[in-house]
Order: sequence, then C-alpha cells, then structure tokens
Amino acid sequence: MDIKKRAFKRSLWVYHLSGGSCNNCDIEILDCLTPRFDIERFGMVLVGSPRHADVLLCTGIVNKKCVERMREVYDQTAKPCVVVAIGACACSGGIFREGYQMAGPLEKIMPVDVYIPGCPPKPEAMIAGIVKLLEKIK
Amino acid sequence: MNIFFMALYFIAGFILLGVWGLLAMWLERKAAARLQFRVGPPWYQNFADLVKLSGKEMLIPERANSLVFIFAPVVSVLAAAAAGTLILFRAGDAILILYLLAIPSLGAIIGGSSSGNVLAVVGISREIKLLLGYELPFACAVIIPALKSGASTSLAGIVSQQQAGGVFAGSVSGIAGFVIAVFSLQGKIGLVPFDLAEAEGEIATGSQIEYSGILLGLFKLSRAILLAAGPLFVVSLYLGGFNLSSPGAAAAGMLKYLLVLVLMILLKNTNPRLRIDHALRFFWGGLALAGMAAILLAFIGY
Ligand code: SF4
Repeated sequence: MDIKKRAFKRSLWVYHLSGGSCNNCDIEILDCLTPRFDIERFGMVLVGSPRHADVLLCTGIVNKKCVERMREVYDQTAKPCVVVAIGACACSGGIFREGYQMAGPLEKIMPVDVYIPGCPPKPEAMIAGIVKLLEKIK
Repeated sequence: MNIFFMALYFIAGFILLGVWGLLAMWLERKAAARLQFRVGPPWYQNFADLVKLSGKEMLIPERANSLVFIFAPVVSVLAAAAAGTLILFRAGDAILILYLLAIPSLGAIIGGSSSGNVLAVVGISREIKLLLGYELPFACAVIIPALKSGASTSLAGIVSQQQAGGVFAGSVSGIAGFVIAVFSLQGKIGLVPFDLAEAEGEIATGSQIEYSGILLGLFKLSRAILLAAGPLFVVSLYLGGFNLSSPGAAAAGMLKYLLVLVLMILLKNTNPRLRIDHALRFFWGGLALAGMAAILLAFIGY
C-alpha cells in the first residue's frame, strides 16, 4: 500500500451534507466530535468547504429541492472522495419513504460507499461504519 | 555569498522550518484537544494531512483566474520560508523580515479574490482589515528593539546586543513590546481570537474555500512555517535570540520558542473569536497606542 493511501486513511476530512433530514442524524454526527468519542484522534476533522472534503456524510431522504444541490456539492468535491449515507432516511428512505417530497434515497443521486442505518445511528455505529470504510480503502 | 550557497541555505531552512512548523501545529491541536478533555491527533497528523492533500485532485474553479489562483499559495509558502530562513540564520534586516512576513497574508488575499467565490470575498475583506490592523502594532514591536540596540535594524545586531547586555524583555518598554508582538503575531497567523478571516462556521474557511489538493496543502504549509518563524522572530527580537553553538544553548533557545508558542496556544484556547470591528479597535485603539507609548519609553531609555 503506497504512502498516499495510508495518509488518506489517517486524515479523513469530513463534510456534512444534509439532504432534508429531520436534524436528528446531524446532531448525532456532531456527537462524534465531543470528548467522549473524539474522532480527531483518528485525524478526522469537520471542514467547512466541499473542496476540502474526503468524506461526504449525507443525511436525510433527498427531497426534491435538494437533488440538484446535492449533485452539485458532490461534483464540487476533490476526488478521491467517499460518500457515507447516514441514517435510515439516506439508506432507504426510512419513515419518509412514501412521502411526497421523496426523491432519494441517496444512492440514486451519487455513488454511496458505506451505509450506516439507524434512526438516528449512534455515534458508535458511525465510527464502526468508518472503520469498515477504512478497511475497504486498500 | 554566492547564489549557490544562498539557494542551499534556503532549501535547508525550508525543510527544517516545514518539519518544525508542522510539529508546532500538532502541538497546537494536541493542546487544544487536551484542554477540552479530548485525546487529540497523533504527532504525525499534519504530515499525513499534507501527504493526503498532495494526492488529491486539484480543482480550479471555472470563474477563477487560474494563473493567479495557482501562484498565490506558492508565493505565500516561498515568502514564509524566506522570512523563516533569514530569522533562522540571523541574516538580513528586521524590516525586510517584516515585509516578507506580510506576504503570506497577501497571498491568501490575492488567491481568495481570484477564486471568484462570494464567501471568499467576505473572507478577504476581513483579512485585509486584519492585515491593516496588526501590521501597525507589529511594526511598533519591531521598532522598539531597533531603538534599544542603537538604531540598528539588522537582526544579528539586535541579537548580539542582547547577548552582550541582557534581553530586551527585561525592561519596561521591552515587556510592553513583547506582549504587543505576541498579540500581533496571533493575528498574523490567524489563531483563534483573530481567526475571523477563515472562520469555519460562518464563511467556510474564507479565502481558502475554493482551494483543494496540493494548493490547499501549500497554504497549510505556509501557515505551519509562520508558526515556526513568527515565534522565532519574537524570540530574536525580545528574548535574546537562540544559537546553535552548543546543545545547552540550543535547548535554551528551544525553551524560549516553546514559551512564546505556549503563550499563543493559551491565548487561542481561552478566547472566543472577535468580531472584525472589535478586532480592529483592539489593534488600532489598544495595541497601537500602547506600542507608541512603548516606543517613547524606549526612546527615553526605559
Ligand atoms: S434516519 Fe431518522 S433521525 Fe435520521 S434524518 Fe431520518 S428520520 Fe431523522
């Protein structure tokens, strides 16, 4: 494994993208940054611009207003960039599957690398998901 | 000195300061984490970030002026390294270093304005105001040691004067100048009370918002080099400099550097971000006036 891949695995910069979530998943993402979970020890930091992102954490059913914007943000990221679907909504539609605004799930909009189900998923589940993702990057 | 040796000095200084600065940046992050009861990143974190950024795609926005967009971070990092090398080998003139240390901010401003992003424009407008703000007290802080060493602005002269007759931070105007220098440096490097130009929460890293890949890495590197060179400059001006002649002297120099760095880290972690008008009032109202008063004190010999 070459050094760039290893560095990539040690330094994932996370951009948080909400596609019409109920805000609960988003709060759980922020939980990962608190002293109890502290994902910065793995080198992950939350960044403010999609240009800096290595990981897109997407939450929520993608509603009709969001589709274009989410595509745009995905196009704006510098590749390689992995996409993580967080929450039942992003994975499959969850409780809003029959909703009139439903345009997702996320995999219809962009290629998804990891699915983390749960409504909302616990921070432990997210960290476990990221660990699986790291095993996938070889 | 011929051009070959100059290039050699520059490359050695660049590598040394780069590694040094990235480690200092780690210290900054680790200390912040420990103060918040977190574990914090491992020591090689910033190296991993840099290597990763070099492996990423480099995007140039459609609306950007690509030549300026690419050259801005390159110029920033080269200027920071040049200033750092001059400080490290104690060559050159304090005023020249003052000029060179302003270029990384100018690079961020030019790069941000060439990227054609609205949030970047907000960021650079803040950066410009901040630059106008902290340069004035910083210049005051450079004038004081120059006055004290008999109107000589050469760095070697200032340092040797201190090594002969006690450090400048031992006098009243010296202490004032030291405090002013540390505060202005905080603004120059963009550490927290004055990080409003790259405020992550509101304007998404401001002027660097459109940068990706290695260009972003160069901006990070220039900031890292500033984090090594800035405190070293203050050490040379006020704390009697450092020399590498014996291990003991080198350790003492390192301790002085760490003292300034830890001071800045503490400032960073105990203060919330200022609003731009508050920051300007602080720099022009408080610090610059204090700087002028300190210059007067130094002039009459205190
Ligand atoms: S998965 Fe559950 S918690 Fe998350 S956005 Fe959907 S409804 Fe909200």
